[in-house]
Amino acid sequence: MSFETVIGLEVHVELKTNSKIFCSCAVEFGAPPNTHTCPVCLGHPGVLPVLNRQAVDYAMKASMALNCEIAEVTKFDRKNYFYPDNPKAYQISQFDKPIGEHGWIDIEVDGEKKRIGITRVHMEEDAGKLTHDDESGHSLVDYNRVGTPLIEIVSEPDIRTPQEAYAYLEKLKAIMQYTEVSDCKMEEGSLRCDANISLRPTGQVEFGTKAELKNLNSFMHVLKGLEHEEERQAEVLSDGGVIEQETRRWDDSAKKTILMRVKEGSDDYRYFPDPDLENLYIEKEWKERVEASIPELPDARKARYVKKYDLPSYDADVLTQQKAMSDFFEEGLELGGPAKQLSNWLMGEVNAYLNQEGKEIQDIPMTPKALVGMIQLIEKGTISSKIAKQVFKELIENGGDPEKIVEDKGLVQISDEGAIRGMVNEALDNNSQSVEDYKSGKGKAIGFLVGQVMKASKGKANPQLVNQLLKEELDKR
Amino acid sequence: MERITKEQIRHVANLARLELKEEEIAHFGEQLDDIIDAAEQLNELSTDNVEPTSHVIDVRNVMREDKTKPSLSNEDAMRNVPETEKGQVRVPSVLE
Repeated sequence: MSFETVIGLEVHVELKTNSKIFCSCAVEFGAPPNTHTCPVCLGHPGVLPVLNRQAVDYAMKASMALNCEIAEVTKFDRKNYFYPDNPKAYQISQFDKPIGEHGWIDIEVDGEKKRIGITRVHMEEDAGKLTHDDESGHSLVDYNRVGTPLIEIVSEPDIRTPQEAYAYLEKLKAIMQYTEVSDCKMEEGSLRCDANISLRPTGQVEFGTKAELKNLNSFMHVLKGLEHEEERQAEVLSDGGVIEQETRRWDDSAKKTILMRVKEGSDDYRYFPDPDLENLYIEKEWKERVEASIPELPDARKARYVKKYDLPSYDADVLTQQKAMSDFFEEGLELGGPAKQLSNWLMGEVNAYLNQEGKEIQDIPMTPKALVGMIQLIEKGTISSKIAKQVFKELIENGGDPEKIVEDKGLVQISDEGAIRGMVNEALDNNSQSVEDYKSGKGKAIGFLVGQVMKASKGKANPQLVNQLLKEELDKR
Repeated sequence: MERITKEQIRHVANLARLELKEEEIAHFGEQLDDIIDAAEQLNELSTDNVEPTSHVIDVRNVMREDKTKPSLSNEDAMRNVPETEKGQVRVPSVLE
């Protein structure tokens, strides 16, 4: 039997406000435990939460960038559950009137475009952080994170493959970065993802029973977790079994999903309107002000790179995936850098270096100005593209000014005809066998001779000139 | 009138982390029935043209600026906590 996979994703994004969503405690990752709490976020009796305006602005901005309709009236509800990470025994969230609904984003997998619906975007507060202490056999709770503003972005069950899920997350992350509502650091938990996945026999309209996957700590884990779960469910169904509605966690070292618990229904959360928080009315002027703050988004940038700079669609895609990379490119263009060469260096050498070192482009000392300067040195013929690799290595590792590096290291390309002709003749004199080979029709011999001249010039000779003069001198012999 | 089953009482008690004895289940069952009876009187009113109300006072858009204020010290925050360890609240093991 063949199956169709149905995936929906729930993504939590921490909004990068200075203070928490309902109190004035600072939001700070990595602070000493329980030093960023107050009676409000600890849920002491008699306190009143007051909504952070910036958190609403960010939530609205994110919703708009995801093409959502913004609610005219929105409200907060209590989601009740007992768990040590939650000191109030309820989480303030939004139940039936989320701030954003009916959005979408476009993704591309293997050159094929697809639109994925966004069911809703709602605001809520984050919970505390639980760690297990092996020494004492207890769990320890740090409440610093309680009350950090979050948005939860729920997709429609439009995703059909783990690869589409991956592309959706990449695009979502890019949009959150472009709108600057979040840092989107998965390693710090500022972007987190849960996945719902079910299978149905191909052609069936009703959805199958879904499992929810948790502990997906990177986009790669999402991809692998979904691939594994797809296989597991297909096996169960093919054997005539049934899928239980349950929560499973991805164990990356075992490379499989493990049952956590059978899922409780949403009724059990006993949602009701939070009496401490009043309705929020979102008027036209407010919406317009937020809308005006939305910058050019990745899809628009990508389209502009293809149209205006004639970049291949794939290249434009790579350049726009990370805001910092795209901003670097933009800055380079403004400084007069040639688009194609800039793009080639960023996609090639720069990305290779970043991947190898596990760094982000904002972590390297090389500025857009330095890269553009180096490209211009190549274009002017001051340095050869071979020498450029040395200059580049220096720039990306230590920064600095390309012209000064070229000068200090004596890397200026030799384009003096007389000097090169001298080196050419010396190479011909010392390699009579290659000269004979060339004369007898072995064209390849010229490559060896070019190599000899380049070596003699310590890589600094202008390669076009070497080729040209070699041919001239060979013809004379 | 019995509308609330014992099963429902147990379920709700479990969600609230309450441990009830058999006689308490019967007792609270009766009370909840009475509460529902009282609330059902509202059904006598026609609310066809009334929007669901979540708040009775119409205060609009109460918000604060995104400014931080000092938090409690770790010592103060942990003052009423029965068991602490390494500046954190110590609870029975919750492994997920």
